[in-house]
Amino acid sequence: MSEKIESTVKDYILREFLPGEDPAELQDDTPLITGGILDSIATLKLVSFLEEQFGISIAAHEADVDHLNTIGDIARLVQEKRGTKK
Amino acid sequence: MNTSVAIHYWLTQSAERYPAHVAVEEGDTVQRITYADLDALSDCLRDRLIHWGIQRGNRVGIDLTKSVDAVAAIYGILKAGAAYVPVDPNAPASRNAYILNDCHVSAVVVERKFVEELDKELRELGARMPQSVVLDRTGGGDALKQALQQLDASDRAPKSATVDSHKDDLAYILYTSGSTGRPKGVMLSHENGVSFVDWCSETFKPTHEDRFSSHAPFHFDLSILDLHLPIKHGATIVIISHERGREPVGLARLMHERGLTIWYSAPSILTLLAQQGKLDQYDWSRLRSILFAGEVFPIKHFRLLKSLIPHPSYFNLYGPTETNVCTFYRVPVELNAERTEPYPIGRTCSHLQSKIIMDGKEVAPGEEGELCISGAGVMKGYWNQPQQTDDAFFVDESGGRWYRTGDIVVADEQGEFIFRGRRDRMVKRRGYRVELGEIEACLYRHSDVKEAAVVALADVEGVTIHAFVALADGVKPSLIAMKRFCSGQIPLYMIPDRFKFLDRLPKTSTDKIDYQRLKQAAAER
Repeated sequence: MSEKIESTVKDYILREFLPGEDPAELQDDTPLITGGILDSIATLKLVSFLEEQFGISIAAHEADVDHLNTIGDIARLVQEKRGTKK
Repeated sequence: MNTSVAIHYWLTQSAERYPAHVAVEEGDTVQRITYADLDALSDCLRDRLIHWGIQRGNRVGIDLTKSVDAVAAIYGILKAGAAYVPVDPNAPASRNAYILNDCHVSAVVVERKFVEELDKELRELGARMPQSVVLDRTGGGDALKQALQQLDASDRAPKSATVDSHKDDLAYILYTSGSTGRPKGVMLSHENGVSFVDWCSETFKPTHEDRFSSHAPFHFDLSILDLHLPIKHGATIVIISHERGREPVGLARLMHERGLTIWYSAPSILTLLAQQGKLDQYDWSRLRSILFAGEVFPIKHFRLLKSLIPHPSYFNLYGPTETNVCTFYRVPVELNAERTEPYPIGRTCSHLQSKIIMDGKEVAPGEEGELCISGAGVMKGYWNQPQQTDDAFFVDESGGRWYRTGDIVVADEQGEFIFRGRRDRMVKRRGYRVELGEIEACLYRHSDVKEAAVVALADVEGVTIHAFVALADGVKPSLIAMKRFCSGQIPLYMIPDRFKFLDRLPKTSTDKIDYQRLKQAAAER
């Protein structure tokens, strides 16, 4: 399940923020916010995507570098939210 | 105090002083002309133009490959009292027809190979080919001589005298690309040219033994120094062809073999020479000054050049076509190895005055604002564009007329101006003011980046920043690596949204990065 989340998120980030990039370059631990790939607006877009795609709700304080800096972090957050929802 | 009323008087003076000295030499073919012959040949064109009725204030077009013939044409036109309008022989005929029609040239000196297309394009504009001196080719001045002899065979032009030009008479019109998409004609008087060339004399102290590069095309303002400064001093102009000027190995050889002592070009060509010209093969002891202008010289490329040719004096010259050079900076002999910022554009040239203006007022020391220039070197205005001319100037309380350069500068502690960027290259993004040049400077700090340019486009997202980057050979482009590099250098809101990797960036005919084309490319993505 987690792998599915990761690949969905990865596809979205490649499509929206890294068009033309070699997919192999984007790893689960590639820094997104501290690595300059997601700025504040891009982070908000990502949050809306995650909420809609996975049917979760992300609080304002979670839309930050501690929770969203890598695909691994994002997958963990999504996983956690889905777990608590049920 | 200007040393002449008109630019062309210098040719006559140098021909009297140094009749047998080589005035112009073509770098590729080594065809050359002495001062006496150049003076005589330009006299013949003067006589022809006066015979055709050309008068003070008229404009005469030049559509010629760079050559002795083209230099003689420039001086012949000036001697007839007219202003010369050089067009880019490599540009589309439609553009050149537009220019020649826009300023209503009364005659044109043109190569035969351009005539048919030019005539067709002029007809499409509802105009006709003006009276023409048609050259079968160019080189050494022979073709111009022949063309004039042929005209004389059917309609002899009697000997005339050089027209007494006034300092305010128009000397040349240089067309630059306008923001409207149509080229606009910058009108420069004899006083504008003479005051600038006199400043060059004071600063670079040339002698009749100097050998100047003529790298820039004649429709570019760098050519004013390349042509008229050597002529004033009886020195030699070494013409570098358009093709040779872009081919670093052959160009370096030519610079060395032709014994150039003063080099002047845009930084991009110096970068190319440093990277690929095999400069370390040659003894450069004759080369005493290297001048560059036209765009920012990225410091890492400058450092490479200076490591290969350490001894000449290096000058960063700054100024738009409207003022020609208006500030200058002599680069210190010892480079600071830590420096990553480009050099200052320096201090105001002695024939001009400057002010830094923000929101209609002069700024306090250390604050940034738009550089405004006044004085003898500042253009008369744009040809037939009264509104654009008005917009380009403001008049101060004491009636002084100041040209707004559109460039944002700040004075450092030594009073040297530092270039911050174009007023029109400042964008607001996420509420912050972003200077696109600062992003470019960041990209240039990356060791794999050869060339970088950034454009901003307004779109549904607000403003999207597009970066165009040429990487060193063999480097695999990676957006992630680029963005990560930027994130260590500049704030997140300045990091480009889009990157495109190219083998090399497109250039204009004057060797500057072609931002118009990059903007179009960005819009199409």
